[in-house]
Amino acid sequence: MQRPPFIAIGLLSSCVLAYEVLLTRMFSIVLWHHFAYMIISAAMLGYGASGTALTLLKEKIAPHFGAVYMLAAAALAVLMPAAFWLSQQVPFNPLELLWDPAQPGRLLTVYLLMMLPFFCGGIGIGLVFAHFGRQSSRVYACDILGAGAGSLGAIVVLFFIQPAQVLTALTALALLAAAVAAAELKLRPRWLVELFAGLAVVALALPAIPLHLSPYKDLSQALAITGARVIEESSSPLGQVTVVENVQVPLRNAPGMSLNATGEPPPQLGVFVDGNGPSALTRFDGMLAPLAYLDQLTSALPYHLIERPRVLVLGAGAGSDVLQALYHGSAAIDAVELDRNVTDLVDRRFKDYAGNLYGRPGVHVYAAEARGFVNASRQRYDLIQVALLDSFGTASAGLYGLSENYLYTVEALQADLNRLAPDGMLAVTRWLTLPPRGALKLFATAVTALERNGASNPASRLVMIRGWKTVTLLVKNSEFSAKEIAAVREFCRTRSFDLVYYPGMRASEANRYNQLAQPYFHEGAVALLSPQRQAFIDRYKFYIEPATDDRPHFFRFFKWNAAAEIFSLREQGGMPLLDWSYPLLVATLLQSIAASALLILAPLALSRCRRSLPGVPVALYFLAIGFAFMFMEIAFIQKFVLFLSHPLYAVAVVLCAFLLFAAAGSWLAGRWQAANKVMLAVSAMGALSLLYLAILPGLFQALIHLPDAAKIFISVLLIAPLAMCMGVPFPTGLTRLAGTKEEAIPWAWAINGFASVVGAVLATLLAIHLGFASVILLAVLIYALAGVALRRFA
Amino acid sequence: MKCHSALGALILFSCALPSQGGEFDAEHRKMVDEVLADTVATAAYTGSSALSPQVVAAMEKVERHRFVPPGLVALAYLNRPLPIGYGQTISQPYIVALMTDLMKLKPGGKVLEIGTGSGYQAAVLAELAGLVYSIEIIEPLGKQAGERLQTLGYRNVKTKVGDGYYGWPEAAPFDAIMVTAAASHVPPPLIKQLKPGGRMVIPLGSQFMTQTLMLVEKHRDGSVTNRQILPVAFVPLTGGH
Repeated sequence: MQRPPFIAIGLLSSCVLAYEVLLTRMFSIVLWHHFAYMIISAAMLGYGASGTALTLLKEKIAPHFGAVYMLAAAALAVLMPAAFWLSQQVPFNPLELLWDPAQPGRLLTVYLLMMLPFFCGGIGIGLVFAHFGRQSSRVYACDILGAGAGSLGAIVVLFFIQPAQVLTALTALALLAAAVAAAELKLRPRWLVELFAGLAVVALALPAIPLHLSPYKDLSQALAITGARVIEESSSPLGQVTVVENVQVPLRNAPGMSLNATGEPPPQLGVFVDGNGPSALTRFDGMLAPLAYLDQLTSALPYHLIERPRVLVLGAGAGSDVLQALYHGSAAIDAVELDRNVTDLVDRRFKDYAGNLYGRPGVHVYAAEARGFVNASRQRYDLIQVALLDSFGTASAGLYGLSENYLYTVEALQADLNRLAPDGMLAVTRWLTLPPRGALKLFATAVTALERNGASNPASRLVMIRGWKTVTLLVKNSEFSAKEIAAVREFCRTRSFDLVYYPGMRASEANRYNQLAQPYFHEGAVALLSPQRQAFIDRYKFYIEPATDDRPHFFRFFKWNAAAEIFSLREQGGMPLLDWSYPLLVATLLQSIAASALLILAPLALSRCRRSLPGVPVALYFLAIGFAFMFMEIAFIQKFVLFLSHPLYAVAVVLCAFLLFAAAGSWLAGRWQAANKVMLAVSAMGALSLLYLAILPGLFQALIHLPDAAKIFISVLLIAPLAMCMGVPFPTGLTRLAGTKEEAIPWAWAINGFASVVGAVLATLLAIHLGFASVILLAVLIYALAGVALRRFA
Repeated sequence: MKCHSALGALILFSCALPSQGGEFDAEHRKMVDEVLADTVATAAYTGSSALSPQVVAAMEKVERHRFVPPGLVALAYLNRPLPIGYGQTISQPYIVALMTDLMKLKPGGKVLEIGTGSGYQAAVLAELAGLVYSIEIIEPLGKQAGERLQTLGYRNVKTKVGDGYYGWPEAAPFDAIMVTAAASHVPPPLIKQLKPGGRMVIPLGSQFMTQTLMLVEKHRDGSVTNRQILPVAFVPLTGGH
């Protein structure tokens, strides 16, 4: 009896998962980050389609198991770089998706190309499962361990080497998996081991595939300018940091500077993260006079209201906001920045250029996640500045519509306000979009935060101003004084900025300098403070409901009931009103449904397998548990992002915990003899989910100050029972089916694969509309439905 | 350099071709009709009741297919932005017409354009103004556009490749300035080079998507005011105007 290739399957599995992580990174660099959803969906599709292919071809493949396995590993090695390289040759431009009818087809081409490596990986892994069915629990253990090691390993490795080099390393790893398989399966000729091992070594020496950024990314645009050159590049899983210098055509970054300003910024370097930006690394020689331009931005307002404040800057970036605080004579400056590669630029590589900004007396920079820092800190600040780090182009094009952001939620503003000294202020600056979207959503979020913090009259604690490109909101921990209001008015008058709102403002004071057809901002702010707030939000054609931790999509402004009107206006200047990341997600969902129906279900339906079509309850069951698993996993990753204070930790820890404990649950399910174990597991899961939804916010708040290791341990502990319950339904259903209609098992695999593909994208779409809590509740309901369907199997 | 020469030769060759105007007449007419319909639809929002006859005549005269890459000639008269290479676009004709109209150019006027791009906007401006000065920051684009405009006979357009931040001091002051290249702020030297009573138009947004048109007016006393125009017939509140 042949022994399964345990090591090879672990290697192959780790390779596929690492590739998935790597692709999300590389697509963030060459395009934009929300293509991550497409990658997850393409990976699932590849796996699902491989299941279908194995089902259809099993009789032909079975006699050549070893050779096919090795071929699959070798094909994976070739296709991982090849598919990515080919995808870069497709002239896909997301910005033209709604202009150019050829673009959806190109998106589909990229999607199908990215599916191919996962198809090969799926063939290799599925083949071992099919061939060593009786040892499937041990094979499964190696598969899962490999998957966990691959996803975590990729994140760790990305701290040290560039993504393109990781791709080369993965090619070598897949070839090594082929060599190990040849050795483990004792394949002939013997030199196959040496051949693949040799090829793995050769692959390591191959040049890395260059990443071609979309020409419409900020970095590409900056590099197209005469005289631009890259002078520094570093990479981590958080992003690829590129520093651009241009002596001929200096950067001159002063977002939304007053039209009355006469000076210009001093020399600057452009800092781009994943090709987005730039934020400015400004040359500083200790003299404050060249920084005068920083007083001509709307974000300078709070410094005219508070003297020598103790400041906390959330999102220090390359230091612009720290410089602004310094320019205005702040007594002490704490600044928080998640990406150490960015702070290192100011602290080390360009320390002299930046005038040792982060090492100056009174300035402290912390490498931390903003929300986690605020929650864990015991300091009190006179001013908390939330920096404007995203770029205008991406914000105005609606590029962040799908991303979660925990800086601009009601709970975040509440936490910030709690960190302020009694008369302290929170200042948030955002890009100005027209018609007003982000500014009004921010205002509504602040009103709700003040109400929840017990402010009896929120209207007395808010000030908002706007320039031609930015808006700045001030939220105070007490009422604004007459002296402060006078300072606000004077600040705006001298810079030709417009007053949007201050306590006691007359309508005639609005819309003076940067005139709009209507005083939309002022009217919106007043409406949001009136008893008709909800009616206004409902009537508004953009989604400006306050963002919350449960629905942290601050940049989502899309409303279905305005979609038809906006779509009809797309050629009459209405295109920017469409939040284009949203149509892209819908396009991804539609293509994932079409592609998975075509590649997973249709081949089975057209083959001999159609005779083994399962009944409706079986189809429903496997469809339901496919959807529900993805919903749970994606929603809980988000729930833990805040607690683990780091999106990467959250993905790595939650994903690994889910995989490992779901596998443990599957293993236990095989040994558990209870007749109604699915219903028991679903009930336990439902109870746990409800409990978690109720207690997690409070629990996280209480434990957020703990060290990372403790928080990771607690997270795993919380996920373990849930994931174990989630591991029960799938093997139980298969066992039940094996006893009643064994020939329908391939269908069950396929239907489940289909649901996983679609579920990955659908979960995001639902979370945007309903919130993550609803997605979890929906998952529990779907699991319950599956439990009912299982009873009707016989 | 070789590459640039080859590109230049290609442009000269395509411009020297016998006029394909006849071939595109119907599409060109349709495009102008669409632009006219769009401006009428948005009149209440842009503050411009209708395009001036001079702007309409310029839009009718300038052949957009001369300014798009060879592979996109068939799409030249669609009322949409098109890529022209180097991550840049030729603007949507409707936006070009609207921006030109907002400048309220007078015959003999002097115009500065920052961001030559394909040269299409400069050509439209040249139909209305006495002299057009245009600066492009991306060298190959600037050279191509300069050669193209010369070949097409626009003797009243002067182009150069360089940093537009400081404008064109030798030719200043200008009756109107258009800043089509994205910038984080309006360069103070440009405001300085605008004549009192002059107008500056700046489209804001990303490539392929012009979100707002910014109209900066310099008054006789040297002060400036700014209007932000949404180039679309859209009110953000249901039932509101």
